[in-house]
Parts: sequence; C-alpha cells; structure tokens
Amino acid sequence: MKNNNFLHKHQKTLAPLLSLVLIILVTASITPGFLSIQMVDGHLFGSLLDILHRATPTALVALGMAVVIGTRGIDLSVGAVIAISGAVTAVLTVNTDFPVWLVILCALGTGVVCGLWNGILVSVFNIQPIVATLILMVAGRGIAQMITEGQIVTFHSDVLDAIGNGYFLAFPIRVWIAIGMIVLTVLVMRKTALGLFIEAVGANVRASRLVGIEARLLVLSAYVFSGFCAAVSGIILAADIRGADANNAGLWLELDAILAVVLAGASLAGGRIYLLLTIVGVLIIQTLTTAILTSGLPAQYNLVVKATIILAVLLIQSPKTRQWVSAVFQKNNKGSAKS
Amino acid sequence: MINERNLPILATLLVFILLYGFGMYEYKGFRDTLVFSNLLTDNAFLIVTAIGMTFVILSGGIDLSVGSMIAFIGVLMAYLITNTGMHPLFAIGIALIVGVAFGAIMGVIIAFFEIQAFIVTLAGMFLFRGLAYLINLDAVPINHPFIYGLYDIYVPLPGRGGLTFIAMAMLVLLVLGILIARRTRFGMNVYALGGDSHSAALLGVPVKKTTIKIYALSGFYSAMSGVVFAIYTGSAYPLAAVGVELDAIAAVVIGGTLLTGGVGYVFGTFLGGMIQGIIQTLITFDGSLNSWWTKLAVGGLLLFFILLQKGIVVWVKKRSAA
Repeated sequence: MKNNNFLHKHQKTLAPLLSLVLIILVTASITPGFLSIQMVDGHLFGSLLDILHRATPTALVALGMAVVIGTRGIDLSVGAVIAISGAVTAVLTVNTDFPVWLVILCALGTGVVCGLWNGILVSVFNIQPIVATLILMVAGRGIAQMITEGQIVTFHSDVLDAIGNGYFLAFPIRVWIAIGMIVLTVLVMRKTALGLFIEAVGANVRASRLVGIEARLLVLSAYVFSGFCAAVSGIILAADIRGADANNAGLWLELDAILAVVLAGASLAGGRIYLLLTIVGVLIIQTLTTAILTSGLPAQYNLVVKATIILAVLLIQSPKTRQWVSAVFQKNNKGSAKS
Repeated sequence: MINERNLPILATLLVFILLYGFGMYEYKGFRDTLVFSNLLTDNAFLIVTAIGMTFVILSGGIDLSVGSMIAFIGVLMAYLITNTGMHPLFAIGIALIVGVAFGAIMGVIIAFFEIQAFIVTLAGMFLFRGLAYLINLDAVPINHPFIYGLYDIYVPLPGRGGLTFIAMAMLVLLVLGILIARRTRFGMNVYALGGDSHSAALLGVPVKKTTIKIYALSGFYSAMSGVVFAIYTGSAYPLAAVGVELDAIAAVVIGGTLLTGGVGYVFGTFLGGMIQGIIQTLITFDGSLNSWWTKLAVGGLLLFFILLQKGIVVWVKKRSAA
C-alpha cells in the first residue's frame, strides 16, 4: 500500500514533465530545425531559446500565482498590475531624470502596493479572493491609462533595453532574472518553514491557526509577492517593446499563469503547490503556442488547442475521474482474482 | 423594519436615483427621455448577459465565458446569414441552441466532475474566443433586409426618446428572468443551492441537474446577448465584447446580489447595469473626463458594494448570536 502511494506521487510529478518532452518531440518531428541551437554573435539562438525568452514574463507571474493559489486564493489582477508597473516605468523614464535603478525600484514598489491592496482586502476584510482581486482587475487598467494619460508612452534606456532584449553569458538577461527569482523562491519555500506554513494555511485556515500560524500575515505576504512578481514581469514587457501600453500589456496573462499552476497539478482548493512544475507548466503552454505558430497551422487555432488541452487535463486530474478509473480497475482485479 | 437582506438592493436603488438625479440637476439634456431610452439600448447586451450571470452567482458559481460567447455567437450568426444565405430567424435559432448546448456542457463538467466553475468557464472563455477566430478573423457586416426591418420597430416615448427593438428585447428577457427566479421551482432551487448546497441536497434539491440548468441558462442569456450585440452593431467581430464578463459580474454585484450566493434579485442586476451606463453617460456629458474614469468609478462602486454586503453579513451574524 505504501509503495502504491509512492508511485502515485511520482506519477503526478512525472506527468507534466513527460507532457513537455512529448510536445517538444512531436513539434520537432513536424518542424525541422526545432531542436537546433546555434551560436550567433556570442549568444545562443534557436526555437527552444525563443520559447524560454517568451515564457519569462508568464513564468514570473505564475510563480507569484502559485504561492497565492497555495493559500487557497487566486490573483486575477496580475495583468492589470503588469500594465500599471509598465506605465510607471515608461512615464518615469520619459518625464523625470530619475536614474534607472530608481525607476525600477518605483515600478517594483507600485507592484508591492497593488499586492498589499489585494492582500488587505482578502486577509483583513475577508473578501473572497476572486472578488477582491477582480476590483483591481477592473480598475487597474484605468489606473494605468491615467498614468500614461491614455497614450502609448515609448521610451529609450540602455539598461532597460538590456533587461528586455539583452544577453549575458549567451543567455537572455530576462531568463537569468527569472531563474534567479525562481531559485530564490524555491529555496525560501522549501528550506524554510514558510512554504509549509503557506500550504498549511491553504489546506485548513482554522487548524493552522490552532497550531499558531499567523494566517493573515502569510496570506497578505502571498499577495504582496504576487504583486511584486507581476511588477518584474511588467518591467520586462515594457522594456521589451520599449513602451507602455495600458490596454494590452499583460492581457490574458493571468489566465496562462493560472493554467500553468493547474497543469502542474496544484489544487485550486489550496494546500499543495509545485513551484518547479509550475514553470514546467509555463513551458508547456509556451511550447504549444510556438509549436502551433511554427507548424504552419494558422495562429487562430492557438486558443482552441489551448482550451481543449486545459479541459482534457482538468478532466484527467479530476478526483471523480480517478474514482471512476480506480473503480473500474478494482472490478477488473476482482474479476481476474476469481478466474 | 427593513429586512437586512433587502439592504443591498435598496442601496443600489439609492445609488441609481442619486446618480440619475445628479445628472438631471447638472445637465439639462439629461432630463429628456432620450437619455433614458439610450441607456436601455446601449446597455441592453450587458444587462442581458448579467441576467444570466445573476443565476450563476446566486447559485454560488461564476461564469467567465460570457464575453467570448457573445463574440462567438455573433460571428456564427453572421456566417450563417451571409455565407449560407440562411434566414436570420433560423440563424438566430441555431445560434441560441449552440449557446445553450455549450453552457450545458460546461454545467455537466462542473456538476459531474466536480471541477471548480471558475476554471471550467475559464477554459470555455478560451474555447469560444478560439472558435470565433476559426469562423472569421475580421469584422463582417450583417446585411439582411430582415435585420434592417428590426431597426424600424420603434415605440416613441414622450420627449425625444423611444424604445428600440433591442431595448424591448432586453426588457422582455428581464421580465422572463425575474419570473424564472421568483416563480419557478428551478428558481427556488438556485437560491437554495447558493444558500447552502449541502443542506439543499439534503432537502431534495437535484443539485447536479440544477447546476447544469444554471449554466445552460447562462449560455442562453449570453447567446441572446450575442444576438442583441450583433443587431446593435450591425456586424460581428471575433474580438467583440472582451472583458464583458467582468462588467457583467460588476453589474450583478452592484445590483446587490451576494457573491457568496443565495441572496439577490434579477431586477437589481438591471439597476446595476444601468448604473454602469449612467456613469459612462455622465462622463460623456462632462466632456473633460477621460474614458478611464469609467473603469475607476465602476471599480470603486464594486468595492463599496462588496464592503457593504460584508458589513451586513457580519452585522446579521452578530445580532443573531446576541
């Protein structure tokens, strides 16, 4: 029985990884040169690197989303926070003499304030997370438009250019930033008690309070972290296009982020999250998108394919399906035992 | 003594009257019936969507797919009319059946696989938008004498205003929604589910069947909204109605329906949709304010109503405990 449980756990970990490998192999068989990586002008170049490059903003947002989902919450406002922090980055670069580090600090601070707002609504006022973050999702793009005064603000800054499109040690700088944040988060969540506490709060708020966990502060900090991650993503996206677009920056990104967390096997009911698998989930989504684009299939198939895969994964992951499947297996086992 | 359950909708009514009164006091043009009838016509598709959403939220669920459904139904209708030469009435009929069927399928997944409504309808949101792209990538006009004929149906009101076909269709759907919520067994079951699904099941409410019906009904209303939107704009566009799900949820919440389910009125949703329209109209009348003020104002109102509901719930609990 114990052995069975162990296998069961590993199956879960392996499923997203195998899906990623499968998708890469299928794409590679359809698209010649998909796996090839070349050195051009001192940096690596190829479809796989392009996937990493494009996946970075989503990966950052998904990291924060995973922590929030771990507390049994959800953050719908990340797209709006991306727009706001991008707007702050652009407007401060254009309108002030602030040095770049101060601009970035202000943009990050904006994200933290947004997260604090969400966190206070959820943990102090006890408002359902979907609803609490919906407010900023609705009003956030309005705030971003207000900051940019309704314009698409374009800017130039060498440092920001480097963040958006530069390379370091043959890898895109933005990928390094993402790796750094992922490693830090995983270390904090796995090597300190914080991760355990967050999952405990997600699993059962009352029980965790009885053992002395300050649930409110933990939930609050989860949303702050999500806001911070969204702000980093917002800076990268603004730096990438050298401008801030209040209406379109980060549009639909919250959905990809939530999808990635779910693909990684996290339960939306809270209590267990898998940070590294979430990143695998992001890579699955980005590889699919790239695969659809490079396979010659019209881009409009993208959404339908994505939706079909989400539904399939949801149905497979559903505890009900597992119950039914195991019921069928048990019947078969009994049948074979008799014969 | 006012029942505390009715406080949110009374607050909604008060906000509606205050905003409208402010408009009439500040701008002479606001007093004409034209403004009112324009509010009915311009917000018809939002209100129709929000009526369906009211049932979902009353039951304690959420439907994020409605905006995409509007776009998909519009594009489907345009395709049937212009590419196959089908009569608009048949096209509308098919579009509605498709909408109800897709809603019911989402309901089945939510009810039988016990997956959160939020994530299922999120997948639906992707799917319907994608299907809309598959049919057509561009905006297409819907040219048909029958559709033009609908624009001629018009009931003049005293003053310069009048009821368009779209406004009347919305009002009919509103009355239908109120009747379903208040006068049918299904309506009672929806309220029971939202109040406490566990005790509802113990009391013999068919939880799964009701859940499927709720999402089918939401599918019907958002498909109807797609039809209204297509007639309103005279065209169909796969990128239409992006973000309408949020406006619809906002309309329901501002209309006084409790997001935890069980408490609320379809008529409140109508007021909630109209309030959003009034805010937009006031901002247009002012002229110096930009369009993003609408988003901030709606966000602010949303917060106000959520906190108000929260306060009432806490207050009631304290009183019943004492």
